[in-house]
Amino acid sequence: MKKLRYAGVLTAVALAVAGCGGEKVGAQPQPSAGKECGSFNLTVSPWVGYEANAAVVAYVATKDLGCKVEKKNLKEEIAWQGFSTGEVDVNLENWGHEDLKKKYIETDKVAVEAGSTGVKGVIGWYVPPWMAEKYPDITDWKNLNKYAALFKTSESGGKGQLLDGDPSYVTNDEALVKNLSLNYKVVQSGSETALIQAFRDAEKNKRPLLAYFYEPQWFFNEVKLVKVNLPAYTAGCDAVPAKVACDYPPYDLDKIVSKKFADSGSPAYDLVKNFQWTNEDQNAVARMIAVDKLTPDQAAEKWVKANESKVNAWLGK
Amino acid sequence: MAAITSDVEVEVRRPRRSVVLGVLLVVWVAAYFVLRGIDTLVLGGQDTTALHRWLNDHRDDVGQGNAFFDAIRFVVDQFVVLLQNVISQPSFDRPVPVIGWLGVVAIAAYCAWAFGTWKVAVLTAAGLVFVGLQGLWQESMDTLALTIAAVLLSLLVAIPLGIWAGLSNRAFRVATLVLDLMQTLPTFVYLAPLVLFFAIGPAAATIATLIYAAPPAVRLTAHAIRSVPPESVEAARSLGSTRGQTLLKVLLPMSRSTVVVGINQTIMAALSMVTVAALIDAPGLGQTVLKALQTLDVGVAFNAGLAIVVLAIVLDRVTTAAGDRPWRTASVRRKVLLGAGAVGVLVAVWFSRTYVWAAEFPSDVNIGSRIAVVASDVTAWVQDVFGGFTYGVRDVVTVGLLNPLEGLLTGSPWWLVSAVLVALGAVLGGWRGAAPAAVCCALLVATGVWHDSMVTLASTLLATVVVVAVGLALGVWAGRNRRVDGWIRPVLDAGQTMPPFVYLVPFLALFGTSRFTAIAAAVVFAVPVTTKIVADGIKAVPGATVEAANSVGSSAWQVISKVQLPVARRAITLAVNQGLIYVLSMVVVGGLVGAGALGYDVAAGFAQSELYGKGLAAGLAIVLLGVMLDRVTQAAARRTQDFQGRGDKR
Amino acid sequence: MTAQLEYPDIQDSEALLSVQGLWKVFGPKAQRIPHRPDLAALDRPELYAKTGCTAAVRDLSFDVAPGEVFVVMGLSGSGKSTLVRCLTRLIEPTAGRLTFEGEDLRAADEKRLRALRRSKFSMVFQHFGLLPHRKVIDNVSYGLEIRGESKPDRRRRAQEVIDLVGLAGNEHLYPEQLSGGMQQRVGLARALANDPDVLLFDEPFSALDPLIRREMQTEVVRLHREVGKTMVFITHDLSEALKLGDRILLMRDGAAVQLGTGDELVGAPADDYVREFVRDVPRADVLTLRWIVRDPRPDEPLDGPELAPDVLVREATRLVLESDRPVKVVDGGTLLGVIGDEEILAVVADH
Repeated sequence: MKKLRYAGVLTAVALAVAGCGGEKVGAQPQPSAGKECGSFNLTVSPWVGYEANAAVVAYVATKDLGCKVEKKNLKEEIAWQGFSTGEVDVNLENWGHEDLKKKYIETDKVAVEAGSTGVKGVIGWYVPPWMAEKYPDITDWKNLNKYAALFKTSESGGKGQLLDGDPSYVTNDEALVKNLSLNYKVVQSGSETALIQAFRDAEKNKRPLLAYFYEPQWFFNEVKLVKVNLPAYTAGCDAVPAKVACDYPPYDLDKIVSKKFADSGSPAYDLVKNFQWTNEDQNAVARMIAVDKLTPDQAAEKWVKANESKVNAWLGK
Repeated sequence: MAAITSDVEVEVRRPRRSVVLGVLLVVWVAAYFVLRGIDTLVLGGQDTTALHRWLNDHRDDVGQGNAFFDAIRFVVDQFVVLLQNVISQPSFDRPVPVIGWLGVVAIAAYCAWAFGTWKVAVLTAAGLVFVGLQGLWQESMDTLALTIAAVLLSLLVAIPLGIWAGLSNRAFRVATLVLDLMQTLPTFVYLAPLVLFFAIGPAAATIATLIYAAPPAVRLTAHAIRSVPPESVEAARSLGSTRGQTLLKVLLPMSRSTVVVGINQTIMAALSMVTVAALIDAPGLGQTVLKALQTLDVGVAFNAGLAIVVLAIVLDRVTTAAGDRPWRTASVRRKVLLGAGAVGVLVAVWFSRTYVWAAEFPSDVNIGSRIAVVASDVTAWVQDVFGGFTYGVRDVVTVGLLNPLEGLLTGSPWWLVSAVLVALGAVLGGWRGAAPAAVCCALLVATGVWHDSMVTLASTLLATVVVVAVGLALGVWAGRNRRVDGWIRPVLDAGQTMPPFVYLVPFLALFGTSRFTAIAAAVVFAVPVTTKIVADGIKAVPGATVEAANSVGSSAWQVISKVQLPVARRAITLAVNQGLIYVLSMVVVGGLVGAGALGYDVAAGFAQSELYGKGLAAGLAIVLLGVMLDRVTQAAARRTQDFQGRGDKR
Repeated sequence: MTAQLEYPDIQDSEALLSVQGLWKVFGPKAQRIPHRPDLAALDRPELYAKTGCTAAVRDLSFDVAPGEVFVVMGLSGSGKSTLVRCLTRLIEPTAGRLTFEGEDLRAADEKRLRALRRSKFSMVFQHFGLLPHRKVIDNVSYGLEIRGESKPDRRRRAQEVIDLVGLAGNEHLYPEQLSGGMQQRVGLARALANDPDVLLFDEPFSALDPLIRREMQTEVVRLHREVGKTMVFITHDLSEALKLGDRILLMRDGAAVQLGTGDELVGAPADDYVREFVRDVPRADVLTLRWIVRDPRPDEPLDGPELAPDVLVREATRLVLESDRPVKVVDGGTLLGVIGDEEILAVVADH
């Protein structure tokens, strides 16, 4: 027993000595000094396209401007609340939300618009590509009732199923189904995950599926969904939610920042204001994150290195 | 003519309960066919009632800017951030936290050893190192920081309340009611208001966790105080102790082991809130899971879920060992060893502050990605092999069982369904069953989400029946067979702690978005607790009784049905009750995979401001359903006991 | 249903503890039962059916003399445990008078009651009631601790008592490390540490093995001889009662059946219940000669051996059988009677 104890003590000492070596923990290197930047709070909404925006902006702000970026993962509504408390300074991708703009920008005056991101958003009803191939006329909404029986599932109670997504998504689908006299029932999938899984399965196993979806979305890199055209959008046709009978408007996705941040004079604000890119750009970065499984930082680095001129334009160089 | 004088006593016997139930069912179905579609109180997805709009309007009345809430928020925020700075986040101008991974592992293992046994210390060290090897060290430390903060705050609130409820009968009754509410109210419902009061950040997440995790500690502390052997209390009183002296010197020390069980339960509850808290930006493993789900990355989600399970096991074993320690003080040898260990810990902490290899977990060995790949592959394989079959099962169950039941509940007029439910309550449980049913039905109508409530009720009933059936089968098996019990318990523990979000994706692949998927997820979540309670109940049946039954030649089935199940009746009642509560707690998660109805309403209320009032009403409806089902089942159980006690004697 | 009992050797003013008309009723509106003779006269099932109340102690009256071992005996449900708890108001009596050293106990307030408990009364419990988280010495000194004595003082006193009850050397062990008998000694020591005037025992040895039980009974007898405390002892074991008790109160369904010395109970049972109760007692070991004397017959010689009336029959058997003339029983100078072979054999042979 004594020998064992000695052996144990010796091993411990040996380990200790061996451990005394190697790199020491140094102080945090100070970021390169530019115009005094400080830190700002960036909300990250729960879709990959937004993550792409956030990744690139955060990367540039940290590397080139020496800012400290606090990323917060929040749903859209919660993020808007953050403007008034100072928890959130920047929202890089806003889809419409006129009601929230009215409340926080006009009434409470805690937020301001910061320009377009350059990305065009489209919401609509989509079918998997194999269906568009087999039934070319399905892309016209007038033929939907003809195919209603195809889309029947155990959840749609005898009617065709129209699958909706995350509860935080703006949707007029129930009114549309009623006002266009479609023999369909809206079934809530409950999450974007469920929606994507449904499409993946539909294309792989050749199951019929009609669902709410939107561009830009990383999934289009995997499966090229085909849009079903509803009656074209005209200004004001969605003013009364209960009477909507037209397609979703095209969205010019814009940025919202807190008033405090806008007035701060920080170089980060200028970066955010100038930040603009295309759907293809966003999809490329989103693909790297979602499909190639890069970390946001890695994906951002890759894209920035390949698009120096664009980045310089944001930085005003 | 000879008169046949007969004293015939016509015995008017009460009809058996099953007959009455059958008649009730037949009457209901018949009425349904006649009255179908009338007064069904349907409410569209985006539609709201006056009540919902009123709730919306008043939502901002109690907003932020209230000094009291701000003060709480500030304190809690600082506390959590401090903990994070110590173990997980870079702080104080250093790129690493105050104590690096080596220091944390050393401290944790030492505490496990000091409070428990050396075996538990080894488990702790192994568990923490494993989590590091998974490549999830920083996230795990974030989760740990949040959990510790939530647990400490919970205990600060819960233990005094528990003591009060333990000492006062009235407080006990009130506490039980409030606690039931806190535990059945879906977290989603109070998540958004919490953000209103406490703003986004660790404070809201910690307090949300507190609301969910404190009730077990309160209950068990009260129970512990009440379970102290009365003779010890009498002895203290007879020697002239004041109430305070009795509390401090007798009640509290003697309730130690049960209070530790309460702490254990609080920790488990806090860990199970990890993913939900991530929805309001709580840091840690929950974020990893949610992010992975956005890209349907089952592997990464599973990896993170596994880390949560490992943390849960470690914390569970340490607290259990702490509760089981004998009273006698440590031997001299142990004290010396503990002293030496303390020195070792200090050395380790110093290392972790000085050297990078001891501060940041080395990322060369990363088994996390391997685990993720394996999990993804297994899931893909299961989906490929069973895909067609599972859709078929879903359709059969939905068409054959769920749709008829749901149709019956949603198609009948609300007053008919209410009448049936009240009658059911009366038959099963007397006035104790009928009264809650009546009150809850009335309130359900008032919430304005009656139709959705009926849809959810149908799914809940079906899920509960499956849970009870599976739980009974597994529980009886495990209760009778030690070996089975040995390996089934870790599996059940994992099932309970693994965040449901993790197995949602494979389920979506297997069953599509549907109510069946939600039912399947609820079943997986609720079966472990039901099985454990039944198994414990069966094991508690006195061995002598079982021996007696066996010795007269009963078959296994006879022993089970005539001896073990009846004797374990109370445990089975509790199992049914808990299974029901767990199923209900999955309603909102079910809404994320296609269950729609109340679960979806709550989630929508959280995400869209116009639907906030409706979401709140839906949350209350879930609670009402829970209360109604719980009270009816308990009244039914009490009734059975009374009948069996008095027998059929007249 | 007040039992008319005699107190042959105790004057009221000498009694240490005096109980008069004590009632304990459990149930709704319990207070009215003692004051309603019609209800008070009902037996247990009738009372419960009519009022939902249970009378655990019915109209009990007795005195306890200083230095006496007063045994309360009865079967389960006779109310004896309730009675002993009423004596210190651990359970609040419903009606009746409790006097201790002339002081009205029922009138005492919380503070006074605590003070009394800390210095005048002590109780030993059936299941020991020890504090598992404290060492023996801390368990024993608990009573001293709560009345505020300093650590060295109470430790010293505790050690004294530990030695007294035969636990020396075990003071630093925990209850879980001790056997049942030793745990009860700790309970005993704890009760003695306060130096109380009255010691109350609630069936203290029922939870112990028979051998240990006998050991502990002997301990109690020895302690009583050494320390001389007044004891109120509850038991359901007749032989224990006879061994330890100076006087025994037999209870049934909450009411007193007979109060007297052991030999009085055996020799002159008040009713059939008592007679049944004492049936199995070896009468020769309990009865004294005074119970079996008879008047001398006219032709009997009166010059046989003399014995005192309090000699046990067992001890006198040999002498009586060996003598060829009747033995005289003389008390003081008075002849109480004689005893012949028949009388002795009637007791010895009758089981």
